Amino acid sequence: MTKDSKLTIEDTQEIAKLARLQLSKEEEEKFTTQLNNILQYFEKLSELDTKNVEPRTHPNDIVNSFREDVVEESLDKEEALKNAPEKKDSYFKAPKIV
Amino acid sequence: MKSKVDSKFTPMIGLEIHCQLNTLKTKLFCSCNAQFRGEEPNTYTCPVCLGLPGSLPTVNENAIDCAIKLAHAFDSKINKRMYFFRKNYFYPDLPQNFQITQYNKAGGVAFADGGTISIKFDNKIKNIELDRFHLENDPGKLVHEGGDIESSNETLVDYNRSGIALIEIVTKPVIESPREARIFLKKLRSIISHCEIVDLTKDGAMRVDANISIKGHARAEVKNINSFKEVERALKWEIKRQINKLKKGQETEQETRNWNGKITTLLRSKESENEYRYFPEADLVPIEIKQDWIDDIKEKMPELPDERIARLQEEYGLKEYDATVITEDKEVADFYEECCKLNENYEAIKNWLMNDIMGILNEENLSISSTELKPKLVDEFISAIDSGKVTTKIAKKYISKIIKGIGIKKWMKKQGVKKITDKEKLNELADKIISDNPDVVEDLKKKPKTFQYFVGQMMKATRGQADIQLTRKILKEKLKKYMK
Ligand SMILES: [Zn+2]
Repeated sequence: MTKDSKLTIEDTQEIAKLARLQLSKEEEEKFTTQLNNILQYFEKLSELDTKNVEPRTHPNDIVNSFREDVVEESLDKEEALKNAPEKKDSYFKAPKIV
Repeated sequence: MKSKVDSKFTPMIGLEIHCQLNTLKTKLFCSCNAQFRGEEPNTYTCPVCLGLPGSLPTVNENAIDCAIKLAHAFDSKINKRMYFFRKNYFYPDLPQNFQITQYNKAGGVAFADGGTISIKFDNKIKNIELDRFHLENDPGKLVHEGGDIESSNETLVDYNRSGIALIEIVTKPVIESPREARIFLKKLRSIISHCEIVDLTKDGAMRVDANISIKGHARAEVKNINSFKEVERALKWEIKRQINKLKKGQETEQETRNWNGKITTLLRSKESENEYRYFPEADLVPIEIKQDWIDDIKEKMPELPDERIARLQEEYGLKEYDATVITEDKEVADFYEECCKLNENYEAIKNWLMNDIMGILNEENLSISSTELKPKLVDEFISAIDSGKVTTKIAKKYISKIIKGIGIKKWMKKQGVKKITDKEKLNELADKIISDNPDVVEDLKKKPKTFQYFVGQMMKATRGQADIQLTRKILKEKLKKYMK
């Protein structure tokens, strides 16, 4: 997104679709405004000169935090399925997908 | 030979192969047991691989070892510093709604770039270039109740597989025919089995998706090519579909298609890559791979297929073709060499192993280690043939028993119950064979070895069931006047 480009209502619809959210007409308008406000706020960062700063993806300099390949106990089945809205036998149940 | 029409349409195939690092004890980002096959659904899960809020992943160090090993095998360039990405999409097999993977754009890199796998066909060598490979986690397993993905009414999910370490290998779109793809995959399989990072005997340990296009047109991705054997068929079908479409003056479309074993059907119009909204996974710190780590693994590299094929030709006098076929599966090659330590008839071992024994195993979808087949049984068997105790006919009858751990001697003894020991019957048969072959009887006067011909005829007439000792005795008595 370039500095002056603004989020349109179509962008909000697209974002909602990807997030599997169903928005009303009013919500679409409301969120478009709010999202633009947030983006505008972040635009402030562009005022800083970052020419000589390496991009960062992580907040600290730690690297290589590994785990040994040793088995630990898993959850038992009841525990694992406890939060499932629907289940069948020992499976989670989901709506038909394509 | 290509027809004129077809040469206008050049297929371009790129393969994406997912290999499960199922020799690891645990999953990629959590300590759940990775040996999930055959277990009750959802019993090998934890907050991490169920995607519960607040859970944090950690990387299995041995998975990095496996990836370094593979990079050496392919001669790929390992990226010295990398971090994981989230690939976001909604699908019930991913409880987090994102897959943790690596991404070679947006500032990211794959685990390793480049590399080649050389294949040999029609007397030429072709180097298939790899684009990259990366690490990621396997999603859970979907079970489509009451049918397949297209016709089922509900979807059941088992997260035991969720989080298993995968390596995804991506080739450049340089494969030019379905047959080439099959040969390439066999070679890849062979390399991976020699690296011992994937147990290929497990169902779904290696899964293939294919990107297919006709040069100059949009490509389709074909998913769910479940078995290796189906790759060639699926590719042929899809290429034909695209060519037919172009011939009608229509354009191919960028889409994802499903191979259902017979045809490919539209699964979805391809998401644009933007829709995955890749971004760095901040829950995992970056990985830096120092040269000494890479060198360490290099020192421990096993013998790879190309070296082994050359050595098998040298050591056992095998033809290049046979050495290549044997080496396709490390387990088979290891077994062959074990047999050769016990018995020096390398050619016979190769023939029986590759033609008969592997035929039976493939038909029943078994690996050597899942049966009772042992090198000493092969040795006993080959020795029995070489010493003339067993005819090829009997051997063919026996061979399916060898994978059940039954030795040839034991089997013959058991079969012996059926042995014809009826003296009268054998006497009668001997008389008939002698009177039917006056010429051979004449020969016998000059060449006593001709005696063996009559033994052979007796065995043939009784389908190998005549008692050999008794048969010899009877024949000797009847023929001795002609001998010497
Ligand atoms: Zn887990």
